[in-house]
Order: sequence, then C-alpha cells, then structure tokens
Amino acid sequence: MPQPPDRKGTHVELMDVSKSFGGVRALDEVSLKITRGSIHALVGENGAGKSTLGKIISGALTPDRGQLLIEGEPVTFHSPREAITRGIVLIAQELSTVPALSVAENVFLGTEPQRAGFVARRALRRRYAELAATAGFELPGDRRGRALKTADQQKVEILRALSRNAELIVMDEPTAALSRPDVERLHQVIRRLASGGTTVVLVSHFLREVAELADEVTILRDGRLVRTAPAAQETVETMLSAMLGRSLGTAFPVRRPVTPQAKVLLEARQVDAPGVYDVSLEVREGEIVGLAGLVGSGRTELARALCQAQRITKGTVTTAGHQLAAASRGRGAARTGRSSTPRAALRKGLAMIPESRKEQGLLLGRPIGENVSLASLGRLSELGLVRRGKERQAVGNVLQQVGVRVPAQQAPVATLSGGNQQKALFARMLLAGPRVLVADEPTRGVDVGAKRAIYDLLTELAAEGLGVLFISSDTEEILGLAHRVLVMRGGRIVAELNGDAMTEGAILAAAFGAPELGGGTDGTSATSGRGA
Amino acid sequence: MDQPDIAQAPTPAPASRNQRLLPPAQLLSRLSRAGILYPFIVLFIVLSVWSGPFFTKVNLLDILDQQASTLIIAAAGTLVVVAGGIDLSVGAVYALAGVTAAHLALFTSPTVAIVAGIAVGLGVGLVNGVIVTAFRINALIATLAMSFVVSGLASLVTGGNLVIDYARPGFADLARSSFLTVNTSTWTMLAVVVALAVVLGRTTAGRYIYASGSNAEAARLSGVRVQGIKTLTFVLSGGAAALGGVIDASRVLSAQASNGETTLTFTVLAGIVVGGTSILGGEGAMWRTVIGVLFIALIGNGFDLLGLNPLYEQIALGGILLLAVGADAWSRLRQN
Repeated sequence: MPQPPDRKGTHVELMDVSKSFGGVRALDEVSLKITRGSIHALVGENGAGKSTLGKIISGALTPDRGQLLIEGEPVTFHSPREAITRGIVLIAQELSTVPALSVAENVFLGTEPQRAGFVARRALRRRYAELAATAGFELPGDRRGRALKTADQQKVEILRALSRNAELIVMDEPTAALSRPDVERLHQVIRRLASGGTTVVLVSHFLREVAELADEVTILRDGRLVRTAPAAQETVETMLSAMLGRSLGTAFPVRRPVTPQAKVLLEARQVDAPGVYDVSLEVREGEIVGLAGLVGSGRTELARALCQAQRITKGTVTTAGHQLAAASRGRGAARTGRSSTPRAALRKGLAMIPESRKEQGLLLGRPIGENVSLASLGRLSELGLVRRGKERQAVGNVLQQVGVRVPAQQAPVATLSGGNQQKALFARMLLAGPRVLVADEPTRGVDVGAKRAIYDLLTELAAEGLGVLFISSDTEEILGLAHRVLVMRGGRIVAELNGDAMTEGAILAAAFGAPELGGGTDGTSATSGRGA
Repeated sequence: MDQPDIAQAPTPAPASRNQRLLPPAQLLSRLSRAGILYPFIVLFIVLSVWSGPFFTKVNLLDILDQQASTLIIAAAGTLVVVAGGIDLSVGAVYALAGVTAAHLALFTSPTVAIVAGIAVGLGVGLVNGVIVTAFRINALIATLAMSFVVSGLASLVTGGNLVIDYARPGFADLARSSFLTVNTSTWTMLAVVVALAVVLGRTTAGRYIYASGSNAEAARLSGVRVQGIKTLTFVLSGGAAALGGVIDASRVLSAQASNGETTLTFTVLAGIVVGGTSILGGEGAMWRTVIGVLFIALIGNGFDLLGLNPLYEQIALGGILLLAVGADAWSRLRQN
C-alpha cells in the first residue's frame, strides 16, 4: 500500500513482530500502525509486552521475527543509536541526567557546539534558548542536573530528544514517579509535542491518563495484540476488560482448605516503611496469601519490611507470637522502637525468597551445596567446624524435596538452569526450617515445567502447615494458588479478596485503581486490609 | 526428566584431569581455574635443572624463612580479599608492631613485647573493620588512610631512629631459635597458614567469608552477620601483619618506622592475586595464596641464582600480575 506523505500518514508500522527471552515469549506476532503526529498509548498488564514493544520501536531490542517499517520503508535497528538517526528516541523509566552538568549541557551532551575542541558556551546558551522556546518549556539552562526534580529531568530528556531532531519519542511510564501537578504539566508538554508534529508513543500503567491523553490505544495481553482503536472509543472499563481473559496455560495443584482455627503465623499491624504505608495483614498456618499489584506498587518493599531486610518506621511485625520489630513515629522514647535483622527474622521462622535471584539470592561462583546450606550452617556444624558429611546429606535431602537433581553438590550454582536456581533458593530456606515463607516473584524467568514444580512445592508446603505469602505479577497464578488475595497500589493494601470475589477483574480493577468491573464485587473491601 | 538439569558440565575433582579432549574455551577456563599452579611447577623444575644451588635444603628453607612474614600477612589478607575487602594498611601495621615490640623489648620481657606488638595490630585491624563496616567507607580508601595514620604512629614510637635490641638477645628467640633444623619463624608461618586455611575452608566463619564476598545482600538475607564477618577479617589481617613485623624485628634484633611500608603491602596483594584469588571477592583459597607468594619469591630467587639483571624481575612480575587479574576478569565474563 503506498502511503500518502501527508502529516496524518503512518509513521511507524510493525508487521508480525515476535520477541522471546530465554524461551518465554514476550511478543507474539504483533502488528500495528502508529500515525504521524499522534499520541499512541501501549497498555496491558505486567508482562503483557508493552515495554518490549516500545524498546523494539526505539531500537533497544531487535525483534526475533517480523518487520519494522518507518514511512513504509523496512528497517532493522541493532541499537538505539541507529534508531536515533531515523529520528526515534526512547525516554526510559530510569532517567540519565548528569548531576554535575547544567541543564543546557545535559541537553546537548555529546552534540555540544564546539570550537577547537572547547565547548562554545555562547552558542550552547543560544541554541538551548531556541530549543526551549520551540518546546515551550520554562527551564533555566544554567541549573545543575542535581538540582532538578524528576519532572524537570524528564523535560531535559525530551529536549535532548528534540535537539536530535526526534520525530518519534517513546516514553516508558513517564508519569510513574511524578506528583499530580507535574503530571498535568507533562501532559501539556506531550500534547504540545504532538500538535507540533512529533509522534509520541506512551507506555503507561495509568489507564485514566491514557484515556485523557492518547489519540489511539493499543491493548496487549500476554504478548499478543488485542486491538488498536481510537482512544475516543475506549474507556478505562473497556481497556481493562480487554486485558482480561487470558487462556489458562497451566494447571494448578489442588489447594487444601485452611481450617478456621489455624494459628496466625505472620501478623503485621499498621506498618509503615519506605514505599509502604499503613499495611496490616496476617498469614495463617497452611495458608497461601497472594499479594498482587502492579510493578512498583510496593509489594517487594512490603516483603522486605516484613522480613526485616528494610527497617520499618511504624507499626509491628509479629511471627508465631514473637514480636520481630516495632516502631512508632514521633513518639520519642516513650514506646521503644525495636529494629531487627533478616537474621533475627529467620531465627523466628520467617524466611524470604528474594525478588532477584542473582542480585539478592545466589552466591553465583560458589558450589550448589554451599548455596543451599548457607542459612543453616549453625545446625550443621560443631565448634564452628562444618560437619561436611552431615551437610552433604541434609543438602541432598532438601534438594530432593524441592525436585532438583544435581550430579555433584560441588558444581557452581551458576551451572544450574534458572528454574533449578530458584528451587535451590527454596531449598536453602526450607533447610532453615521456617514457619512462614515470603516468596517474591518466585516464578519469574523460569520455564513452564519449573513453574509447575514451584506451584506444587508451594502447595505442598502449605499443606504441611507453613504459612506462605506469595507475591506475583501473574494474576493467573495468584488466582490458581492463593487462598486469599491482597492487592497493593501506591504502597497500600487497597483490596482483600476472598472466595468468589477472587477474580482477575477484581484484582486488575484494584491494582489499576479503576472502578469495579461487573461481577465479583461482593466481598471486596476497598479499605486498607484487615487492620484492627 | 532423567537428565540432570545442568547447563554445562561440572568441574571434576582436580585429581582426575582431562580424560578426553576439551573444547579450547573450556580448557582455557579450566587452566585459569588451576591458575598459577602449573606455571609454578614449571618454574620450579626449570630452576632445579638450570641452577645447581636451587634445589638444596639450605636454599629452599631459606626461601621459606625469608617469606615467613609475607606468607603470614598474605594468608590473613586472603580472608579480607575473599570477604570482598582489601587491606592496604598491612605494611604500616607491620612497621608499627615491629617498632613497638622492639622498643618494649628494651626494658620488659620479650614475651610482653611480642604480645603488645601483636595487640597493636589487632587493634588497628579492629579500627579498620569498624570504619569499613559501620561507617561504610570504601575499604581501599579507609585502609589507605589508616596506613598513613599508623606510619605516623610508628615514627612517633621511634622518634625517627632505628630501635636496636642487640643488648636483648632473648627477643631473637621468636624468629631465630630452631626446631628440627627449621627456624621457629618458619614453623610459626606454617602454623598460621594452616590455621587460617582451616578457618577459610572448613569452618562456618569461612563459609560466611565466601558468602559475604560473593553476594553480601544474599548473605545478609540468609542470616549472615556480614559486617561482623568483614570486621573479623580485618582484625585477623591486622594481627597477622603485626606478627610478621614482630618476627622480622626479632630476626634482625632491630626495627625502624620505615620497615615494610608500601612495598610489603603490594607484595602481599600481588601474591594473593597472582595465586588466583579474585580481587572482587567471593573466590579464592589459601593454597592459591601460598603458591602465589612463593611464585613471586621463586622469580626473585631465580634471578639471583642465575645472575640475571634484576631490572627484568620487576617487569616480569608486573606482567604476571596483569595476566592473573586478566584471567580472573575473563573467567567472570564467561560465567555471566
């Protein structure tokens, strides 16, 4: 199809684009067209593929299959640099302002006007003034990068993009870290960019923002395209329901019901911690409590606060009757604040499988055996000497329990597959004999077989009387495993779902902060948990 | 799933060597894991063949005796490096402990002098540990700064003079008496190296040292007191540096504030790294350090015995150090 070269023509087109990461398919034959000068939003759940799509358009990722066309011409980008030469710039979530440089210097970083190797300061100032005027920004060019708020850093990124003659700017969650007035200002900036002819691709979690701002919306689900439609035809509700209804790819093990007289093993009362506000929750013997919410909603921060990896500033955490930590804000010494450590939590039976296997879990260069026995060495030693026979046997047993077969415990843990590395972390914590297990995204980046094995393991552990707090971005597995679901948004628990109220719609509605979808509203409490 | 889920073949025990041909990349990575061992054996054989006086009891025991203090300090330094730290103050502590003991030996019993010298080192090590863990100051900078402070203290003790203990021959017993024809300084070195090898390889503390250096956050979440473990390694390092300083002061019955200093610090560090202990922490072993220190000593000894220009010794040493660090960086790159 020949494209008319007018301003409302197709700027970028994707045809049957697919991308996999280590066997996990992130994008599956997605096709879409982005109109020049429009604001085009990409929406979907965690892991639906929207960020991947944004990165493919901007050259940060190269698709496995399929074709990217710019102005109807097929292109293959191998790096963001190549995309920039075609006028496409990505503004990532992590901003990259150099603190020691001024705003103008940041904007022209790498493309400074020069004279004999020196920066031509007057030319720099003049060009910055011109650029800022074109964009309609009031941002002093001599302000230092370190003095900038997040919103202003974003303006620097936008100006930097414009200075490189960007015709299309991909913004990944630009408003996630902004306050309300700054969000408004950024929206104005984006509208002005679009009316000036720049195409904006907006990757966003915030459906209201999308409905307000976008011209067109592309909805993704599980790596597949649901539809692309004019934003005028979409509402928050229609977008949410389009994200639902994933095919059930995995069977889940049978849950054993929790007896009403089951003891409370983990209890948090009005806990405040960095990124966590006023959270109260309890986990009972034999219960799997699912903790849902979008990435950045405070789930990991809560897990770390519960397990004493992060100090709490208010509230109490109690496990199996032992108070681990208590803190009260602004009360002085009247109520003594007690802080604690992961070591103390572990000794009282509260164990955590951290979110990032490699960063927080594994000793990558060390043998499998050492990795597994690390949290239980006290029990496996006499007078400070490790009883190696006893250790080998204990490690062998617990590895068998979690379903990892290794030819030698001496092999480096890095030689295990991702799924088995995760199981080795379960083995480490199980060997320590916990009463409560907090598992943060334990199935991330593992293949389908290993996922199923981890589901079985969690269910078995609960059946044996362990309390489990299970954090996941995958709504389906939360629904498949949990007895009860808590949903977090903005650092708070915004919904607790039981029985029939546990539906994908209810979880998503709470996570996105949208009004309830039809059905499943009974039993949903929009208060902050079950705090007394 | 009958096949174990392993992405790559595990390392066989060092005893069973290449039964079959390996792909070059794997062979290289295995060689780099064995590290300096093969070059050490080759150098040892070459020197034995080329130089008559090399392979004699006198020369070999002499090398060990000369390296006694370096090996003691490097053995404890290995714990620091494996735990993810570095101790640049050992040269200064060596000097301070030497002059303290030599000075005290002038008017108290040798035992009191020796104990006091070692206590000074343990104290400096504790300060190092606290600065690095509690105040979260980079170990490189913290111990570098401490080395200036400690050097200054050593000069204060001596007033800039050489402390001479010729009138107190009892002080020499620590290094100069012999047992089974081997000097006590060598025996002390053997005892310290074996003891620290057991600590690193067999005890829970050793496991925690590896864990702290390999992934401090993972260790903390697994209930390891990472800060305590790191502090312990600095205390041991300070104590070992002091023991080395006291032994050498006892050997020559004198000490001065400029003893050791940076040359010793870097010889120790070079020995640890040449042996194949990773400067980034989490990997390493005591036998590696012993081989690394002795390898550097053999090069020096070989240059002496063969009458080569000692200028080339330094150049060779620098090249070997770069190779060792390069091999470590390369094997890490492959691991990720």
